[in-house]
Amino acid sequence: MSSDYRRITKDGLWDNNIVFAQALGLCPLLAVTGTATNGLGMGLATTVVMVASGLLISLLRGIITPQVRIPVFVLIIAVLVTLVDMSMNAWVHDLHKVLGLFIPLIVTNCAILGRAESFASRNTVVKSMYDGLMMGIGFTFAMVLLGAAREILGSGTLFNNAAQLLGSWAHFIEITLIDDYKGFLLIILPPGGFLVMGFILAMKRLLDRKMAEREQKATEASAELQPESS
Amino acid sequence: MSTPKEPQYRKRVGYQAVLLGGFSTLATALLVAGNIATKDDIMARQKEDLLRSLNQVVPTEYYDSDLLDQPLSIPDNKGDNLTVYRGLQGMQVNALAWEVVGKGYAGDIRLIMGINAKGEVLGVRVLSHAETPGLGDKIEVAKDDWILGFNDHSLDNTSNQQWRVKKDGGKFDQFSGATITPRAIVTAVHDGLVFFQQHTDELLRPPVINSDDEPLQRASLSE
Repeated sequence: MSSDYRRITKDGLWDNNIVFAQALGLCPLLAVTGTATNGLGMGLATTVVMVASGLLISLLRGIITPQVRIPVFVLIIAVLVTLVDMSMNAWVHDLHKVLGLFIPLIVTNCAILGRAESFASRNTVVKSMYDGLMMGIGFTFAMVLLGAAREILGSGTLFNNAAQLLGSWAHFIEITLIDDYKGFLLIILPPGGFLVMGFILAMKRLLDRKMAEREQKATEASAELQPESS
Repeated sequence: MSTPKEPQYRKRVGYQAVLLGGFSTLATALLVAGNIATKDDIMARQKEDLLRSLNQVVPTEYYDSDLLDQPLSIPDNKGDNLTVYRGLQGMQVNALAWEVVGKGYAGDIRLIMGINAKGEVLGVRVLSHAETPGLGDKIEVAKDDWILGFNDHSLDNTSNQQWRVKKDGGKFDQFSGATITPRAIVTAVHDGLVFFQQHTDELLRPPVINSDDEPLQRASLSE
């Protein structure tokens, strides 16, 4: 049982990361990751929706038939996002002003439908919610990484305007890394998102290969050792 | 869904149709309920936002009335209806504010401008824009105080020739690397002042107060 959860954690954060492995959710990804703060906001909002859709869809998995599952999932996710959007607008208006731009974009994130289809519709409620949480954290991690890289290269700052999102205590993480930086426009515009994303993907591949090589060496070494010891 | 033996009735078209229809009805009901629950709060928040942005361009000492009370609706030169908010002091219209739109580098720049009864700019602020970050976004007051440069200017103290960016022979700065954005705003503010000049009488006429209506309106606003 606990190995299941370890597997889900590892899948969500690294092995099967929405952005870096599945390459899903690129629409919100490229649109909002001009700064690390925006990436964080989008990631957190998406995480909430993923956990909630995991809960609902795994609850309803007994009555939804395979033939109509896709329209029903889309409907559930769309209603969920709209309700979150409306209630945030009414009751946490200041936060909505910052995140409001991102919330309707969550519907366009096919990763949520992807997880509903491939995980929540075949697993228990607790597991599905946990999977949503881990996938969401993995997504947030990817968004912040990409946002930070683009923000540093493009405008020479890091976590600009974080206080708007997180409250005034967050001023200390707003850093100007390069004073009097003239900016690198290409990186801030959407094509820059693709470029930076490409480099990050290449680096992940490199890391994965290094790790696989090390693992292989370790097993080879233990295989060589075995005849001697026996 | 991946249960090994599926009951027979679930394969029927009727079950699928009822399922889909049921979920659609449920979704609609949820959205209607959500809308009813949040509608009033969202309206109130939007009103607060509007008042906050109006107060940025019309200082509170210019009026003692409710800015959102009885806005005027006047067609502008392009035929669109402009909503003009008026600040009254006593029975005199003392300040006016309305939205103007500039054609920026990346689409419309929505601005709100406030002027006093003499046609002098009290303030201009950007409500929304899609200009290039780092170049054109210096129009936001949070990033640069360029936009404050319009304060106190009017058609009387600044000639038509001067209502341009410096590059075009006027008196307003452009930004290095971005001329289109400031040019759009200077033009929009100038157009706004021309609109005031053309409609001065209409805009400054004190609102007619119907003695029967008035207490009612005040009461409904104070709710």
